[in-house]
Amino acid sequence: MEEIDAIAALQDPVRRRLYEYVAAQGREVGRNEAAEAAGVARTLAAHHLDRLAEAGLLETGSRRLSGRSGPGAGRPAKVYTRARAEVSVSLPARDYRTAAELLAEAAEQAGLDAGLWAAARRRGEALRGPAAPCGGLEEAMEALAARGYEPHLEGAEEATGAPGAPARVVRMRNCPFHAVAARFPPLVCGMNLALLEGLFGTEGPVRARMDPRPGECCVVVESSKNNDD
Amino acid sequence: MTASLPAAHLAHLNVATLRYPLGDPRMAPFVERLNPVNAAADAAPGFVWRLVEEGAADATGLRPAGENVIVTLSVWETQEALWDFTYRSGHLEAMRRRREWFARHVEAHLVLWWVPVGHLPTVDEALERLADLRAHGPSPRAFTFASSFTADEAARHLQAAPPTRAAALN
Repeated sequence: MEEIDAIAALQDPVRRRLYEYVAAQGREVGRNEAAEAAGVARTLAAHHLDRLAEAGLLETGSRRLSGRSGPGAGRPAKVYTRARAEVSVSLPARDYRTAAELLAEAAEQAGLDAGLWAAARRRGEALRGPAAPCGGLEEAMEALAARGYEPHLEGAEEATGAPGAPARVVRMRNCPFHAVAARFPPLVCGMNLALLEGLFGTEGPVRARMDPRPGECCVVVESSKNNDD
Repeated sequence: MTASLPAAHLAHLNVATLRYPLGDPRMAPFVERLNPVNAAADAAPGFVWRLVEEGAADATGLRPAGENVIVTLSVWETQEALWDFTYRSGHLEAMRRRREWFARHVEAHLVLWWVPVGHLPTVDEALERLADLRAHGPSPRAFTFASSFTADEAARHLQAAPPTRAAALN
């Protein structure tokens, strides 16, 4: 399927809501749950979820939601996750990815890490503009969401102020630089960190630090008061 | 159905040229990270083995590739497991600062290859794979993350051209 057809598949508002819901969960989502979230009947949700899978935007799997197995456990339910493949369309055709990969390869070979990170920090500062750094994690999440990081709060429920409770951190499901970061991780993840340090400042109420995990962005954002790592 | 191939693990060698001796204060942030990062590796999903100098906690005292070159030699269940530890754990922060501590390599400094499950690669074997990569570029017997081969590809390659590998590649 052409990439432009995949994007066109999101034209339908119900399909778009279903896609956005599944993408935001960061885990497998069943048909009932997706239908409820999108406010449509299960059969309609199932139809649209399968269309999204055909378009390459979702991946499907099957899972026994009851947790039982063997005879009597029932048929496995169909579940959906966001597809890992990227879809992008540029009109007229542009190829910034090849340019980015070549520039990253040259920077890596020449050992230009420090220069790249300085540029990224300046860019982050410029993006913030004359405004004060983010006042808190909620504001930071808005800024990150606007840049495509798909932020989510972790430790939110546990953080009741009790001593020893895990501090709340903002983690990010999406790496906006994924393809280049996967080829040159120290260089590009370092660039990402510097960009976010520029965006949030290093003396402000929130700070970015590196804390990579499989399948997520390499950086977390936390309140600067949690100086306990 | 093809005949099942013997199970394989992924071996990994990395060489790094120190900018200063390990006792130098400028190396302290690296040296401080050694124990926690090695402990994280030992506990990482898919970790099988890493080279350790007899009577020491790590392999930094072994200098098989040069007096100022430290080596990391390890075995992992899958390439994904090694990738996740290398670039998706606390190890990445050490990688990010590598220029502070290590000289830039013009030649390849990392090599991957498949070994039979249970085989622990020797340093000589590892250095030979690195030499192969440097001389002939990535192949199923010596490759990198960016140009990797599956264990099946490596097994087929070995069956096809075991003795005259270099000739077959060129």
